[in-house]
Amino acid sequence: MNRSTIDLWVGVFVVAGIAGLLFLALKVGNLASFSSSSQTYQVQAKFANIGGLKVRGPVKSAGVVVGRVTDIRFDNESYEAIVTINLGYEYQFPRDTTAKILTSGILGEQYVGLEAGGDGVMLKNGDRLRLTQSAVVLENLISQFLFNKAAEGKPEAKEPAK
Amino acid sequence: MRVADVRARLERLGSSVTFHVLRLGFASRFLAYLVVHSGTALRRFRLTTAEIYFAGVLSLIIILVSGMFVGMVLALQGYETLQRFGASESLGVLVALSLVRELGPVVAGLLFASRAGSAITAEIGLMKATEQLSAMEMMAVDPIARVVAPRFWGGVLSMPLLAVLFSAMGIFGGYVVGVQLIGVDAGAFWSQMQAAVDLRNDILNGVIKSVVFGIAVTWIAVFEGYDAPPTAEGVSRATTRTVVTSSLAILFLDFILTALMFTGGNHQ
Repeated sequence: MNRSTIDLWVGVFVVAGIAGLLFLALKVGNLASFSSSSQTYQVQAKFANIGGLKVRGPVKSAGVVVGRVTDIRFDNESYEAIVTINLGYEYQFPRDTTAKILTSGILGEQYVGLEAGGDGVMLKNGDRLRLTQSAVVLENLISQFLFNKAAEGKPEAKEPAK
Repeated sequence: MRVADVRARLERLGSSVTFHVLRLGFASRFLAYLVVHSGTALRRFRLTTAEIYFAGVLSLIIILVSGMFVGMVLALQGYETLQRFGASESLGVLVALSLVRELGPVVAGLLFASRAGSAITAEIGLMKATEQLSAMEMMAVDPIARVVAPRFWGGVLSMPLLAVLFSAMGIFGGYVVGVQLIGVDAGAFWSQMQAAVDLRNDILNGVIKSVVFGIAVTWIAVFEGYDAPPTAEGVSRATTRTVVTSSLAILFLDFILTALMFTGGNHQ
């Protein structure tokens, strides 16, 4: 095997390896979507309960991903969770936007859903969302349902005793 | 009698520990010497290029074919299981994450150890057995700089590229089986994959794993070859030891690296 053939094959090998890496980065890892260095602004929201929300979870509005959760902390004074989210600069929201914790699918991951309000002033970097709605906890939902059932049943049970 | 028995056992244990510690120390000094004296291999890059051809290009076929089949099997098995939970759209995530994080670096590393590592050991061992290394020393050529270092760098540079190609080929195989044969929606396959695979956390960590495995396998291969007794039996034993030791090293290092990389993610 002469030298230039070896060089040619090594060159092909290296190019193929780099192409594979690019394939993984662009097609599989989706480099183009919200990397932390792109233009974003940060807002915070307080939730009484965040359920299973994770750092790096998506922030969606009308089903479109507009940002990422960057930090989740516990507030020692109000006993609530402070969720920090990064929103892309191209997505501007009014100041009275509502943040909800929603679930995609039945077993799916949880995400922050934003619902725009009607205020003329837009959110700025460092603002805090005032209107929030916590995650639905299945146990609370079931117990509420059971209490309602029990409350419905009671008057009927009392009637014969009257 | 009892005391003598215990004493003999302790001595055997002690000599075995001493032997292994000495060997590890020798191997570490060998690596340090090798890195310090790899100027020739990097300056006359043609020496290294030939070894990249030998360790990398010639391993391409086995790596690409195995990657393809591993991805296809993953898609088949994953579909069977995911379908039970009504989550067959997540097939792309399953295939991509298992390949990029684990199977790509580990299986490519194991194949690399048995395809290229064993050959490196046998080659260096035979050069030593036929006294080619001594002849070089007589001509004032440092055999470590001239023979061992190019093989080491060739292996270290080839391994990450092979692992990346393995993962890419596996994802392609998963796509062929999952989307073309089984009929999972192509949009869901790619978009869920792109949403779940992170560039830094998954892909970069996979590449770091493959770099570590590449260093470990090639180090073991060149050391076993250089350290082999200069006999036919010695070379054959050294070759076997290369494959066994580097396979174990890959699996052990994989556990350590996974524990370091992927467990802290949930409570950042």
